[in-house]
Amino acid sequence: MFYSLILRVAARVLVPLLLLFSLFMLLRGHNLPGGGFVGGLVAASAFVLYVLTAGVHESRRVLRVEPHTLLGVGLALAYGTGVLALLFGKPFLTSLWVDLHLPVLGDLHLGSTLPFDIGVMLVVVGTALLMVFSVEDRLPGLVEE
Amino acid sequence: MLVAVLSIFVGAALAPLLVRLLGRAAGWVLGLLPLGVFVYFAQTLPQIAHGESLRQTYEWLPLLETPLSFYLDGLSLLFALLVTGIGALIVVYAGGYLAHHHQLGRFYVQLLSFMGAMLGLVVADNVFVFFIFFELTSLTSYLLIGFYHTEEGSRRAARKALIVTGGGGLALLGGLVLLGGVAGTWEFSRMLDLGASVQGHPYYLAIFILVCAGAFTKSAQFPFHFWLPAAMAGPTPVSAYLHSATMVKAGVFLLARLHPVLGGTALWTGTLGLFGGFTMLMSAWLALRYTDLKQILAYTTVMVLGLLTMLLGIGTEAAITAMVTFTVVHALYKGGLFMMAGNIDHGTGTRDLLELGGLWAAMPWTMAGGVATGLSMAGIPPLFGFIGKEVTYEAALHMHTWGLLVLVASVLANVALVGAGLLVGLTPFIGEVKGAFTRDPHEATPSMWVGPLILGIGGLAFGLYPSSIDHTLLQAAQAGILQESHEVHLALWHGITPAFIASLVTFALGGVVYAFWQGLRVSAFMEGVGAVFGWGPGEVFERGLYGGVHLSGAITRRVQNGQFRWYLCATFLSLLVLVGGGMLAGGGGAEFSFSGEIRYYEVALATLILLSIAAAVRTHDRFVAILALSVGGYGVALVYLLFGAPDLAMTQFAVETLTLILLVIVIVHLPGIQGDESIGVRLRDGLVAAGCGALLTTIMSVVIQTSLDLRVSDYLAQKSYTEAEGHNIVNVILVDFRGLDTMGEITVLAIAAIGVYVLMRMPRQKKPSLAAGTSVAASRSDAAETETD
Amino acid sequence: MEQITAIVSGAMIAGSFYLLMRRSLLRFVIGLILLSNGVNLLIFTMGRLIRTQPPIIPEGAKVPPEPFANPLPQALILTAIVISFGLLAFTLVLVYRHFAAGTSIESDDVRASEPTEPLDVDDQARRLPA
Repeated sequence: MFYSLILRVAARVLVPLLLLFSLFMLLRGHNLPGGGFVGGLVAASAFVLYVLTAGVHESRRVLRVEPHTLLGVGLALAYGTGVLALLFGKPFLTSLWVDLHLPVLGDLHLGSTLPFDIGVMLVVVGTALLMVFSVEDRLPGLVEE
Repeated sequence: MLVAVLSIFVGAALAPLLVRLLGRAAGWVLGLLPLGVFVYFAQTLPQIAHGESLRQTYEWLPLLETPLSFYLDGLSLLFALLVTGIGALIVVYAGGYLAHHHQLGRFYVQLLSFMGAMLGLVVADNVFVFFIFFELTSLTSYLLIGFYHTEEGSRRAARKALIVTGGGGLALLGGLVLLGGVAGTWEFSRMLDLGASVQGHPYYLAIFILVCAGAFTKSAQFPFHFWLPAAMAGPTPVSAYLHSATMVKAGVFLLARLHPVLGGTALWTGTLGLFGGFTMLMSAWLALRYTDLKQILAYTTVMVLGLLTMLLGIGTEAAITAMVTFTVVHALYKGGLFMMAGNIDHGTGTRDLLELGGLWAAMPWTMAGGVATGLSMAGIPPLFGFIGKEVTYEAALHMHTWGLLVLVASVLANVALVGAGLLVGLTPFIGEVKGAFTRDPHEATPSMWVGPLILGIGGLAFGLYPSSIDHTLLQAAQAGILQESHEVHLALWHGITPAFIASLVTFALGGVVYAFWQGLRVSAFMEGVGAVFGWGPGEVFERGLYGGVHLSGAITRRVQNGQFRWYLCATFLSLLVLVGGGMLAGGGGAEFSFSGEIRYYEVALATLILLSIAAAVRTHDRFVAILALSVGGYGVALVYLLFGAPDLAMTQFAVETLTLILLVIVIVHLPGIQGDESIGVRLRDGLVAAGCGALLTTIMSVVIQTSLDLRVSDYLAQKSYTEAEGHNIVNVILVDFRGLDTMGEITVLAIAAIGVYVLMRMPRQKKPSLAAGTSVAASRSDAAETETD
Repeated sequence: MEQITAIVSGAMIAGSFYLLMRRSLLRFVIGLILLSNGVNLLIFTMGRLIRTQPPIIPEGAKVPPEPFANPLPQALILTAIVISFGLLAFTLVLVYRHFAAGTSIESDDVRASEPTEPLDVDDQARRLPA
């Protein structure tokens, strides 16, 4: 129905780029505009673009995991970082920071806010994809398989 | 005393377990509990009779000045003994009466809770503790009367009792609060000698009316008497208990308790005397219209309650003596008679006097109890009922004014009572068996006849030896009401006094009533009595109740017409009227001034957004609408970008895109926007919506001109790097400062996603026939769904 | 500029109210989206608008240089945008399910909890389970 050759070809290039961009957004989020929400939404947009061109079935295969799993893992990560603080004797969700000196990557300043943000991102991606997948499963016709 | 009251409630909680373990023998075991409490109270009698009173306080809600305080004087003791003593017999009786009912355990829970509430009521000292127990008796009696909840009649009767007594309870609460405020204390025991100051207070009239409303409804005084005869729809043990010792006596108890505070005025005497006397006379004769044993007994209960109220109104020493005596007399015989009626019903399958007779051979034990209590009700010597009647007449004869009127009224009421007592106590047993019973008449189990028998023997013993209680219990109870001690002396034989002559007249007339009852019952006179008083208030109540239900139904159908858009319109309109009206009333207008620099591209952006809104609102093409919507959304994203919020702009862009895609995917499967509302509706909605928008804009303009408190924002900005090691303050707020909120948010998001998933995966429901009206799109999605399923 | 966004936000909310009150559930959904945008803009405006840099602390500094945009409403709105996406999706699917269950997509036909036939109190009482 919405078949478009141009969109298909463009998607082949755009999807990996968008996914990369979403990672970029996520990682720089703590210091520059970006973050888990934006990263998650961009990644979800990339996948939805793929759904529109290749269909749900194919998208599922490429994604490899079910969107539910993303939801679950995301929530577990976010809650996990909260619980982690408890293990260190701090209040729930207190962020923890470590400095690492690695030979190749150089100095890294890592905090528990990053896994939290990754959790947020996974939940956002999972939510958007679960919605789009289940709607598309039930209401085919927009995309030719 | 707290332990005594609580133990009954604990027993209530354990009752189902006990019934499960012991079956129908549970009644005997459970009966030990009230018996134990009875003994506990009985052993305080020497102290109380000595003129002392006991007071116990447990701190509970100290800030609200509501200690769990209990007060035991002669009056409380009298009622506590009745509640527990007769309660024990009722518990045993219920074990036999409901032996085969599958919800016996549930019944005991309700019965014992009721008993505990009643006991708490009579020994409560704090006004609010009293009120809580007072209401608890209303609630538990509701459950008890409606025990046969599968029958509509039972539910109706229970509801009637609850509404009448509960409504009275509300009035009582007001009265008690006023009373406590005026008296300056919330303890009954401290109020008792404040009578003069309360009666001189301007609120006295209000207090009196409200308290009377509570007491009259509870004690079934005219015009609230109708719920009590209806309440016999409950199981017989309930009727026996409610009528004899509890529930209906709560109102009388309340009046007696407050007699030192409120009593003695002309208002008190007039109101109580008039209502009590009228209730007494009316119900005594109404009782004779019925042939159902329980119905007759129910009306005579109302009669006695009227009598007790009237005696409290009179309030002289003699009257109060009569009142406490008659309370005991009545508790003994009424409890026994109801149980007897239950036994007859059980044994023969009927309670109709016209069908009953000659049961003496089949039911000897029941007959023994029934005759003894029935004759006590009729006031035949040497039973205690005779003494009760004598002291009533004495009270009337001691009055200075109105004495003759009270005497005549009492005699007339007692004539009916003699007739009723003989009818109920004798007729079923004597003579020949009249008709074929549906069951073979047989004696009830011991648990069922032991109660009436004990109460009958009690009536006989107190009649023969009134000195066993007159100096102790009754005198103390009288002192509790009058707050001064008088000697109470009861005797069967006083010599030939005016009261004795009045008794003889009563017997003679009562005998005539009994002999000619069949004819009297259907006579024009009784028809007239029935027509005027039998139906009036009860019918008004029923009509009012149904009228109320239908009225609210009609209003609900109009206001809540099921139209969602009307609800929204009402909500928006309320917002407009309440907030807007409030602002106008407060004089808070807004000066709308364009201050600061405005750039041309910002105006252009605003114009674009406004145009997109206009398009989305006006169009009937769903695709145009969502496209216009997206244009507006992207425009908002640009606003975010222009004013230093790149995070927002990016999020808005991404969400707007996803929204657009999701809308398109779903909307192609839905029919388009069809038709339009009438011009009037559109105009109305348009005005409301525009008004709300203008209101919000105005509010914003006002707010803008105030100064903004930036402390929170500044704090977050200052600490963002130093404490949370992040440069992007917005992101730091999201993942660190307010991480808990974000965690909640993603959880909600996940739930929404799962909700969508479940909704789409739900099995298809069967389509109602309405489907014919929907468009082609419906059938298409049908086809689509059958494929995927 | 706040005055202009105040007008825009008011207009959005007015438009959304009008759409929410339409019979068509589709227009209701559109009104819902418009409402969330309008309210987000309202919150943004209430936090004051400054034509300046975002609330980001430059490398090497410990606090952001004045003036900077108010970060608090931004964090609120960011959350609100994402949540309203979830709400929208749920509502949309609900509308679809309602339609698929056989009735129309008119809000007047959503009557499962408030049936149109008048309530017969006596009848209801009689039908209570035993």
